[in-house]
Parts: sequence; C-alpha cells; structure tokens
Amino acid sequence: MGYVAVKGGAGAIAAAEELVKYFRLKGRSEPLAAQQIQDQLRLAVDKVMGEAGLYAPFLAALAVKQAEGDLIEASFILRAFCSSQPRRYYTAPAGTGEMEIIRRISAAFKDIPGGQVLGPTRDYTQRLLDFSLAEESREHVEDFLEKFLKDVKPAADFTFPKVIDLLRAEGLLDDEGGPAEELFDITREAVSFPAPRSARLQAMARAETGGLMALAYSSMRGYGSAHPHLGELRVGYLPLKIIHPELKEEVFVGRVLVTEAELITRFAAGEDEQPRFTLGYGLCFGHNELKAISMALLDRTMRAPVPGSPAEDQEFVIYHTDGIEASGFSAHWKLPHYVDFQADLQRLRSAGSRPEGED
Amino acid sequence: MAYNFAFIDENAKREIRRKILKAVAIPGYQAPFGSRELPIARGWGTGGLQITMSLIGPDDVLKVIDQGCDGSVNAVNLRNLLQKTTGVRTAYETRQATLIQSRHRIPEETLTADQIMVLQVPWPEALRSVEPSEARTREMHAEKDYSRMWVYLYEDIVRWGEVTIGFRYPVMVNGRHIMDPSPIPRWDVPRLHMAENLYLFGAGREKRIYAVPPFTQVAPLEFADHPFKTEDFGGRDCFLCGSTDTYLNEMFDSATGRKIYACSDTAFCDRRRAEGRMAEKHAYSQ
Amino acid sequence: MLTVNNLAKIYGSSCSHCLELTGPAHKSNVCPRCGSVVACANISFQVDKGEIFGLVGESGSGKSTLVRCLYFDEEATGGEARLAPYQDGRVNMLAVSAQQKRFIRNHLMGMVYQYPHLGLKMYFSCGGNIAEKLLDAGFRHVGRMRERAAELLQRTEVPPGRMDDLPATFSGGMQQRVQIAKALANSPPLLLLDEVTTGLDVSVQARVLDLIRSLQQEMQLAVVVVSHDLGVIRLLSGRTAVMKNGQMVEVGLTDQILEDPQQPYTQLLVSSQL
Repeated sequence: MGYVAVKGGAGAIAAAEELVKYFRLKGRSEPLAAQQIQDQLRLAVDKVMGEAGLYAPFLAALAVKQAEGDLIEASFILRAFCSSQPRRYYTAPAGTGEMEIIRRISAAFKDIPGGQVLGPTRDYTQRLLDFSLAEESREHVEDFLEKFLKDVKPAADFTFPKVIDLLRAEGLLDDEGGPAEELFDITREAVSFPAPRSARLQAMARAETGGLMALAYSSMRGYGSAHPHLGELRVGYLPLKIIHPELKEEVFVGRVLVTEAELITRFAAGEDEQPRFTLGYGLCFGHNELKAISMALLDRTMRAPVPGSPAEDQEFVIYHTDGIEASGFSAHWKLPHYVDFQADLQRLRSAGSRPEGED
Repeated sequence: MAYNFAFIDENAKREIRRKILKAVAIPGYQAPFGSRELPIARGWGTGGLQITMSLIGPDDVLKVIDQGCDGSVNAVNLRNLLQKTTGVRTAYETRQATLIQSRHRIPEETLTADQIMVLQVPWPEALRSVEPSEARTREMHAEKDYSRMWVYLYEDIVRWGEVTIGFRYPVMVNGRHIMDPSPIPRWDVPRLHMAENLYLFGAGREKRIYAVPPFTQVAPLEFADHPFKTEDFGGRDCFLCGSTDTYLNEMFDSATGRKIYACSDTAFCDRRRAEGRMAEKHAYSQ
Repeated sequence: MLTVNNLAKIYGSSCSHCLELTGPAHKSNVCPRCGSVVACANISFQVDKGEIFGLVGESGSGKSTLVRCLYFDEEATGGEARLAPYQDGRVNMLAVSAQQKRFIRNHLMGMVYQYPHLGLKMYFSCGGNIAEKLLDAGFRHVGRMRERAAELLQRTEVPPGRMDDLPATFSGGMQQRVQIAKALANSPPLLLLDEVTTGLDVSVQARVLDLIRSLQQEMQLAVVVVSHDLGVIRLLSGRTAVMKNGQMVEVGLTDQILEDPQQPYTQLLVSSQL
C-alpha cells in the first residue's frame, strides 16, 4: 500500500526548520553579527523598518539575519513582533522643519535657502562593481575613518527651512487641509473607501517599496497624468515628542531617521478658481528615497476625483502594495488545496459530462 | 520575552470580540476589524486565528484542521502556535472539541450548541467575482443589489448547463446578505443551515469578520429549475473506512498508480476505523 | 402617469442667482456668479398613460440630463417626480431611498440609452442582460427567464438564436433592439428613450422607430423621447417640449410646434431642420 496519510506534519516541520538553519550555516563562514548588518547593510535595515512599521534598527538587523536577507520576510517577522507589543502613546505631530538633515535636495529650484546638501548618495557615481571591496579589511576601515573624520567640520546648524514653504507663503499651493483632528490608525481599524488621507499615507509608509514604485512608475510613464517636480527631498533625523501623561507637556523621546519627499504637481483650480500647485507627500522610516518619492506621487494621484488609472484608484493602490499581505497571500498557494481541487474536479467532469475514468 | 495568553494583547482581543458580536447581530454581514499582524503569514489563516485567539480560554479543548486533516503541516503549525501561547488541551476527535478552527472543511459530525466553529477565509466578499471594487460591493450589500451575482449564475448555467462553482458556493444568509461560506466544498454548505452551533468566519488579510449564528437560515443561491447540488461520489467509498457518505479526496496510489478515495475528514475516518469499521473490498490491502 | 414639478439639476456649488442669470435669455446655462452649470432649471411637465412625450433641443440643452435624473442615473438637485403606479403617485420618487429607487427602476421604468454600453453589460450575454432585469424583479427560474427573453427578442426583431451571444458582437441597430427588449423586460408602464436612433443608419433608424411605435401602442406605454432630431420627434411624439440652455422654452402638440412655433428659438430650430 503506497498511501501515506499526511499526518507526519509535526516531524516534517521540525526537520524543515533544521534544514533552513543548515543551509544558512553550511558554508562555515564567520557568523554575521546583527550589529554588522545594522551598520553595513543600513539600507536593507531601513527598508525592513519602514515596511514593518517599527523603528528598531537592531531588531530589524536581526530579522534580516534570520530571514537570510529576504527583506519581505524580515519585514514580516518584525511586523509580527510589533503586534505583540502594546501601543502606549501616539507622538505629538512632528514638524519636519526640525529635522537634522544629512541630505536635502530640490529639483525645482536651483538654489534654495540653506543650499542643496548632496549628502550620502550614489546618484552621481558610476555603478561599477567595486572589486576592492572583496579585499576590505579592518585596517582599511580604520584607515578610512581616521582620514575622513580628520577633515570633517561639524556644521553649525543641521536644520533648514523647507522649500515648499516658499511656495506656500506666496499662496501658490492648494490648501491641503490641516492635520486630521482624530488620527485614523490603520493598525487598529480596517480602512474603508474612500479612505482619509491619513490612512492612505500610513498605508503607503508601511507599503513595500517595489510595489509602490511600480504603481508610481505606471503613472509617470503614462497610465495617468502625473507630471511631478521634486520640490524637496530630505533625509535626516526627526525628533519625536510625546505628551507626558502627568506633566501634560511635550517630552522628547528620541529621533528617527526618515526620508521625506514633497512633489509639486500640475496645478488645479482652488475654490476661488485661482490656479495653484498641488503637493504630493511621502515620508517613510530610514533612508529610502525611491519609496518616499513613489509615495508622494501616489499621494497626489489618489486624489483624482474619478480614478482613470490604477495609480489613481485608492483601493487599487492601498490593497495591493502591502508587501506582507501580498507576499503571504501569494505564498499561500503552496498550502494544500485538495478539498477545493476535488470540488472543482467534480464540477468540471459534471459540466463536461465526462466519465470519471477508471477507478 | 513572554507573550500574552493567546499571543495578541487583551485590547486587541476585546476589539475582535466586539466585532464578533456585531457580526453575530447581523448574520452574513462582513464586519471590518483592525486585523493584527501575527507570526503566521497573511493568507495562511490569520483571520481564523485572531478569532480563535480572542475567544479561547484555559478550559477550551481546541481542534485545528486544514482541508479536513488534523495532521496537515499548516494545521500543525497553527495548533502549535495556539498551544504554545495558551497551553490548552487539544483534540483530534471532533466531539471532544469546544473550539474548532478549520480551513476549507466543516467536520462530518454534526456540531452541537456548545461548539464554536471558526473558518479561515481568503476572500470574504462573495460578490468579488462580479465587482472588483470594495467600495462598490459594500454599497451593493447595503442595497441588497444582487442581480449581477444572479446573472453570473444564470450565465454559468447557459454556458455549461449548471453552476460551475465548486467551492466557495455563495449563500443567502437570513434572507438578507449574500455571503461567501469560505472555500468549503458544496458538500459542507447545507451544514450551515439551521445549525445548532455558531459559525464564525475570519479574513485576516482582508480584515473582515462575519458569522452565521445558531439556527440561522442559510440558502445556497439556486434556481427553481437548477437546484443546488452537493458533490456526488457515485457510490465510491473510502478505501480506509469504507464510508460512502462522507466527502472524499481522490488520489493516486503511489505504488500502483490506481485511483483511490479517502475521507477528507481524517479524524472521522480514524474513529470509524477504531470502531472496527473497515472497507471490505479494500481490507486485503491493509 | 408621470408628473414632474420644478425638477432642477445644477452641477457645482450653486448660488441664489443661478436660475435668474442662466437660460435662453442669457444664452448660457453657466451661472456668471458662481460658475455652476444649470443643466435643468425647474422643469415641469406631465405624461399620460399611452402618450409619447418628446423633449427636443440642441446638445447641452439639458434634455438628456432630465431623463437621467428621472431614471436616477443622476441625482436631481431639487424638484419632484411622481409616478402613478408608485404609491398611487403620492410620493416624490426623487426623494426616496436608494433601495426604493432601484425598485422603481426595475419594476416601473425602462431606459434605452444612445450608447448601448450604458444600457447593456457587454460582458453578459444578450439573454443575461434581459435576465438581469427579470432577476431584479424576483424571477428564479432559468427556463422561464429564457422563455421571456426569447419572447422579447422576437418582439424586438432580434433573432432569438443569438440570445446567448455577447451584445458586443451585434450591429448598432441590433444592440439598440436588445436594449429595448431589456428595458421592456418587466413590462414597465414608463419608458425613457435617450437619443436612441442617433448614430444609426437611416434605414435602421426607421425600423427602430417603427418598433418603438408599435410596442408603445400595443403596451399602452407612457414614453419620454429625447432627441435633437425633429424628424424622430415628429414621427413618435404627440406632445413635445423644446429645451434650450436648461429651460423649457415651449410646450405643445408636436404638430403645432412644428407647423406654428411661437418662440423665436423654436422657430429657428424648426426652420434649420426642416
């Protein structure tokens, strides 16, 4: 009898877990320290924190290690951890004017108050595979740091006025409405449509970078009519405060690295029929410029009164860009479906009136 | 680091219980809820899990099945998570369980008033096949605007001679809401009608909970001249227990290549065999 | 059968001057104060059982918007509409719930649009389109629905053999006849026709118009016909209203309107078309 009831589940699961570990370690190389990942794979860590919706660089690095570099898997692990933690506070609204900048650029204006700050970017380097990295050693690192830090002069001020405020002061920006009085929290309530902007921005801040980019790109390419100018892109540390429950005043609780993009898009007529620019806004944890830009673009496209393309359709964007939901469901087809398949088999045979074949 | 009893925090449980009450109050209505992230992937039973986690108490006896089987890898994984975080007793025997979480099957034994059946749901919206937009389908439910769903069935019959929906057969609950009964086979659909037990449906990724309370009318969508039919196994029997009145899985004997049938509800099959019933014509091969 | 009182449809914020500053006298339906578009300005008329009432005017005059408001495709900004078979004509159907509106649409009204894709679901078969109306009215028997669909298709001169084909594969004239069959599925007392022959060949037009006339006589329907074409109006309607810039400029017997128009705009319209 060749039939084996699928009951060896528990044993198979344990063995699979062992095998995963074996495949990670079988090269017998030096075990990766989470700290190394946090320091040297910082963009991976940033992506994971953003998509998980939890700012915790060390835990994110640990998740990257655990997931063997699969960033969606790492985000999933971190987000699941997050939901086991109680939510104690909401921070007070944070003004990104207070950001301590490591990089800020504007594509809309040549010169901006405070100047353009290129910061750490690969944008203008040639993407040649750097073979010297294969030989990088502890000495190289120390050498470089010593030389580099010797020449660096700390800036007097890390905060800069916002480019967009110039346009706003001139009355050229359409009113976006003030901050919502009551915050919609997508982790506590199911979003319904049309969704408030706060829900859309939260969902995108946790969305998967590639998913957002694909939809934003579709709109830039022509499925839609977004013609954006990058008003300002800034990367830096944003101080966060909470309202102290007893003192009833703002208390500084820490800084988070964020990327913020403000896109200026084609004008629309305001209530008074005066043409104005409209703004698309993106902000995400960590240093992730593509995500912030894609998010800002989609923030703008989703405000189309009648969606004419996928990027303009709130449901389409919000429901299909969460990496953890999409990856979970895409992977679930690996689960057994024999009951359903049996039902479909039955229907197919019956609809075609086919004999069931030999027993 | 210690996790809370049944993993999710108490505030989340309270919210989910409130949404369950809402769902029970309006049978077949999909109540949105703030679905939490679990250490189980979306699409793998997170909706059912959150319902189970918010209802389970230390005295419950838990049964978890996947495709009718207690021992299937996903069932084992979900059961492990629940057991690890609650320490409750578990059972394979349907009659012993107070709380049953299942994917795509309802056990063969008739459930009783003191049992709760939790079904995992991938697509909570029965109207999705005729309308992709969630905003629109909610409107359609609100207005009981179901003609497109009916036309879909009509067209199916015109094209194929019968409704070709194999699983996830749409039902009308309490004469008001069309509901997706989760991907159970048609075989299981009649069990929802006027049942003694409470059925709860959880869709974690889609963030919806809905319910069929005890003694609720559940009618599969059908036409007078094309009545709803369950699967017909043509008198075939389970090669293990000989049952001819259970939902069977068709498979190929890996040694002989011969097509064989076995109960999809493995606990039911095991009990019948323990009671000494065995397929007569297959007995020689055991 | 149908009584419409002061029906208004304004697109935009609207202000207190919208109605007085628009209309034929101002040669515009755009309010100069607030920029709102006054598509229908307090329109009133009545249609009796067995009567065909024509609405004629150039495009942008508001005639299509008017019937779309009556069929609830658009929400009227104000005014009343009563239908004799609905609550004995005592209730303003523009103000009832969405569920009630659907009941009225499915049981008491039929609509045929200029563009078949508005009235037909192109991904449903022709029979499925008719079945949609029947299902809405509670039919739950496939065989009986198909009998009824075949009967309607026969009556509207669509080969019943094409019942299970998608309407997208039909000619324009045949699509219009399927639309008519669908509109009549539940034998509604009121039929709304919006430019139904616009875009059809002249010979096809004539056949569709003949069909409408004979169906109307046979079923004693009340019909509202919207057209920019005086030929269509002359052929079908007994009474006619002329619309311009969102207002009704003249109402009367069709013959009288065509032979002896009173208003300058009607005179212009008649002389330019005949």
